[in-house]
Amino acid sequence: MANKNKIIMNKEEMNKAIKRLADEIVKENSGVEDIAIIGIQTRGVPIGKRIITEILKSEPAKGLKEIPFGILDITLYRDDMDSMASVPVVKDTVIPFDINGKVVVIVDDVIFTGRSVRAAIDELIDFGRPKRIELAVLIDRGHRELPIEPNFVGKKIPTKREEIVAVEVDEVDGKDNVILRQKEK
Amino acid sequence: MPLKSKDLLGLEYLDKKEIELILDTARPFKDLFTRSIKKVPTLRGKTVVNLFYEPSTRTRTSFEIAAKRLSADLVNIAVSTSSVVKGESLIDTGKTFEAMKADFIVIRHSLAGAPAVLARNLNASIINAGDGFHEHPSQGLLDLFTIREKKKRIAGLKILLVGDILHSRVAKSNIWGLTKLGAEVRVVGPPTLIPYKIEELGVKVYYDIEKALEGVDVINILRIQLERQQESLFPSVHEYIELFQMNKERLKFAKPDALIMHPGPMNRGIEISSDVADSANAVINEQVTNGIAVRMAVLYLLSAKKR
Repeated sequence: MANKNKIIMNKEEMNKAIKRLADEIVKENSGVEDIAIIGIQTRGVPIGKRIITEILKSEPAKGLKEIPFGILDITLYRDDMDSMASVPVVKDTVIPFDINGKVVVIVDDVIFTGRSVRAAIDELIDFGRPKRIELAVLIDRGHRELPIEPNFVGKKIPTKREEIVAVEVDEVDGKDNVILRQKEK
Repeated sequence: MPLKSKDLLGLEYLDKKEIELILDTARPFKDLFTRSIKKVPTLRGKTVVNLFYEPSTRTRTSFEIAAKRLSADLVNIAVSTSSVVKGESLIDTGKTFEAMKADFIVIRHSLAGAPAVLARNLNASIINAGDGFHEHPSQGLLDLFTIREKKKRIAGLKILLVGDILHSRVAKSNIWGLTKLGAEVRVVGPPTLIPYKIEELGVKVYYDIEKALEGVDVINILRIQLERQQESLFPSVHEYIELFQMNKERLKFAKPDALIMHPGPMNRGIEISSDVADSANAVINEQVTNGIAVRMAVLYLLSAKKR
């Protein structure tokens, strides 16, 4: 059977969802003071940057020029290295600010089992002691294997375990789309 | 693309893509050194055995730090103080460590090919930390990494290895790695210390250091092993200094921004003058730092599930 792809979010819907994530982050934190955004490699990075652009447009951020932004590569903190046939490519982690005392919002494209987020929290804690760590994701597709829940969700999509949710972003893939893909049987 | 072998025996056995993968992986590992916590949990539960049949401080310590920064457990075996001196064979020694669930054995041995023998007989990953006059691949890789980091490329560079090419495993690994990555490799030294038919490896041989230095981008100065002097391979240390020592005067024949490298430990005043060793172009201490990043990358890439 051929792959069946279904677009579950287009460019416009993605933009709306990212704007809503930004609004909720500002609202829940009663402002932008102490907030820092950290995107998980790869697609959490552009989504995190877009969230910052939206936050800076908000009323509480008036006059603010930037919000601290970092990049997290969780490869070296994964818990499944033993089961892999080949090790994944290690990318950059760049956190150019002091995370101590900050409200750090981790951003990822999809939350699935929760293991990536666990690894991200472990790595972040090696950099210092944030006041609070929050999690924002564009898509929550369920099937958690760890007790981890995002604070901010763009869209909840019920999926089957074997399905694939692929988030495409302009900065990496040349287009904005969220696709639900059926695995070939 | 993963590494093809479970072992790292020499740069001769890696293709260009595999070498580039190791160098690319080492770069983010080097970034770890700027953090306050320089340790990641990647190899938690894995065991590394440092099995050194020859004395070594820098390579052994470098592998030790690399393993510890990846959260592996590490055992150092100095053979001179172990039961190996009671006559146990190399394979039996390796099998003993494998029975203790060692995942990696880092071996230095005075005989070329000793790591390959272990690799054929064990499931653990074997890493050659120097075997006889054969290869010292992790040193070769850290040299490549340092050159690429400083010069932004390797292809097209002119790189000169100076001194005892015959007995230097560092030189062999450099030659394999650098030629595969497209550099022009030159060697210079006393004729008795240049291996027969070395040109067949794609290097240019010089006996006149001033000619050899013309237009070079990198000078890798090898240690003169004073113990070899008893074999009368060159007339005297004084003559070696006269003809081949890298000093400020000679440096003028190379490019003004030529990198000065040395695998250490240095004999100051013999193969290298102090002012060259301490000059702005010298990257000798950075080679040491980069060695840890490269060895972390090797351990990481070899840690994939055994195929």
